[in-house]
Amino acid sequence: MSMEVLLQQIVNGLVVGSVYALVALGYTMVYGILQLINFAHGDIVMIGALTALFTASALLGAGVPPILALVISIFVAMLVCAVIGVATERLAYRPLRNAPRLAPLITAIGVSILLQQIAILVFGRNYFSFPELISKTPIALGVVTITLNEIIIFFASIALMAGLLWLVHRTKIGTAMRATAENQKVAGLMGIDINRVIAFTFAIGSALGAIAGVMVASNYGQAHYFMGFMLGLKAFTAAVMGGIGNLWGAMIGGLILGLVENVGLIFVRGDYKDIFAFVVLVLVLIFRPQGLIGERVAERA
Amino acid sequence: MSRTNKFALAAVAVAVSVGLAACGKKEEPKQADAAPAPAPAAPAEVTVKIAHVGPISGQIAHLGKDNENGARLAIEEANAKGIVVDGKKLKFELVAEDDAADPKQATAVAQKVVDAKVVGVIGHLNSGTSIPASAIYNTAGIPQISPSATNPKLTAQGFPGVFRMVANDIAQGTAIGNFAVKGMGGKKIAIIDDKTAYGVGLADETEKAVKAAGGEVVIREALANEKEQDFKGVLTKIRAKNPDVIMFGGMDAQAGPMLKQMKALGIKAKFISGDGAQSAELIKLAGDAAEGAYATTAGLPKDKMPQGAAFYDKFKAKFNTDVQVYAPFTYDATNVLIAAIQKANSLEPAKIIPAIKSISMDGVTGPIAFDDKGDIKDGAVTVFQVKGGKWETVEIIGGPMPAAAAAPAAPAPEKQEEKKQ
Repeated sequence: MSMEVLLQQIVNGLVVGSVYALVALGYTMVYGILQLINFAHGDIVMIGALTALFTASALLGAGVPPILALVISIFVAMLVCAVIGVATERLAYRPLRNAPRLAPLITAIGVSILLQQIAILVFGRNYFSFPELISKTPIALGVVTITLNEIIIFFASIALMAGLLWLVHRTKIGTAMRATAENQKVAGLMGIDINRVIAFTFAIGSALGAIAGVMVASNYGQAHYFMGFMLGLKAFTAAVMGGIGNLWGAMIGGLILGLVENVGLIFVRGDYKDIFAFVVLVLVLIFRPQGLIGERVAERA
Repeated sequence: MSRTNKFALAAVAVAVSVGLAACGKKEEPKQADAAPAPAPAAPAEVTVKIAHVGPISGQIAHLGKDNENGARLAIEEANAKGIVVDGKKLKFELVAEDDAADPKQATAVAQKVVDAKVVGVIGHLNSGTSIPASAIYNTAGIPQISPSATNPKLTAQGFPGVFRMVANDIAQGTAIGNFAVKGMGGKKIAIIDDKTAYGVGLADETEKAVKAAGGEVVIREALANEKEQDFKGVLTKIRAKNPDVIMFGGMDAQAGPMLKQMKALGIKAKFISGDGAQSAELIKLAGDAAEGAYATTAGLPKDKMPQGAAFYDKFKAKFNTDVQVYAPFTYDATNVLIAAIQKANSLEPAKIIPAIKSISMDGVTGPIAFDDKGDIKDGAVTVFQVKGGKWETVEIIGGPMPAAAAAPAAPAPEKQEEKKQ
């Protein structure tokens, strides 16, 4: 295969991978604190995408300029998702915090199905076209073609991840999050309001998920109620590949998964794309069961 | 550590299985609200049940309801005529059922209508539901006429009672392949399918026809599944082959974003797809990127159907909604079944089936006769193109004689109204 294809697939992979990474952060943050795999996270991403899609369409219809419509719709989606994230934690997971670990896991799958059904009721079963808020006119950079939309997705993801690292490592609430991840009971004794920290974690993770949802929908040009399932699974794969519970792991896992999927297409046909991605996951788990980076207990958050 | 990861793996397994289970889960069949209540038969009358099965719930519910209304209209007209068979006046009753476009539900519903002692079945809408259901109807010995299932396998099973009203995917794929090379001037063709029975079948037939027409298939690609949304990787490979035409065997929900992603990658190749993508929905999903895209359908466009306009008006007056796509075909299919009952002068399915086989009549969609396998004779395929945000007829390939003679002569493309909401 030619250089042109390789470079283009690397670009495709980095764009998709940065979105996977952003979604993976939602899984890994919750896992770090609660040791819970929040399978509803993919569907929160879906709710974010559909909320933003409908908000943006309504705003565009009212004559609002695209950039303003984008900003407002992302804000609305983040708010809606943060509320749903906190509400699921409060209503579904908190009552089970001391239950065996399988109970909240099954609950998470239930919440996932519940969110899909709610999305059907609110938005409908159709596929919806995502308005082109940022230009998707192809720009030729040497042999590689990219759109402004893709450039913004990639750099916004990187900026958001950097922001999250700053939040976790440099702020008071971040310190509280890390302390809670380390040992909930002791953190509680130190005067940290555990419930508030956990709710905050869900809010941040879900808001990031909302942004990721907008990115996915605008990148693919469409959204529908089932989109969260596969995306969630991929992001979860990315989190496990990098070492679940570890923020750096989620980011690197996401980028690697995106790259593997797209560069892998040079060797296999498109129908093997997902198989390729999951085979890589299995290989990583066989040879490095703790993930590529591993869960550094002291830093998980 | 390793415990954690075992747990994570187990969690993936749980999630996958639950997700798959969720995929298969569909709504319970709904009784069609408008189905006529079984009226107590008058002494001189015999009630004859005809089943219609299509997806009345789910993503293509609007198409299923459209088909059902076509059958309902035919039955009401037949009842108004007062058909007498074997000395008894017949009162037809529509048994309307929902298969949700789901193969599993289709077989359950098929058994249900067999148990309801129907004389014949109009349906199903999809190939994926018609094929498994046909085995049940065949065992029960009752005729099945599908208005719209295009997969060749349906009539290739050798079941004597299976018929279809439209050209199959061999005809459609051949038409796409020929048109891609001759009509669109493509020398290098790229073909993608969506891994479904319909998509792969259509893509295979297109590939054969492209080669036969002297074109070159430069790459054959496939998507991960019919829900995949990210086509950039596959399209990047295709772009490197620099094709003139990209053919996609699949549905509008993927063709729409595919057109958008082609545009974002700067791909200039022309695009053609089959009847799964020939919908107003495609134009909504692809937006500007749909402009210039081609797609075919099995059957004639409305303005080329011999009695198309009259039927469309009658349908609109009756149901206060426009025809979506295949209602004229279910209307004709129902009339074929009723005519066969009259011809056989019997209500026994064993006598009705040979009568359908030898039928020759004029329907609203054109002259109707079946070949030995049960496929419609001279099924037409129409090529459409998106122009100014609307599907317009470009060319009619094959089809019954009068329409075929009229079609290629028309120099300007005929205006075709949106077919689906």
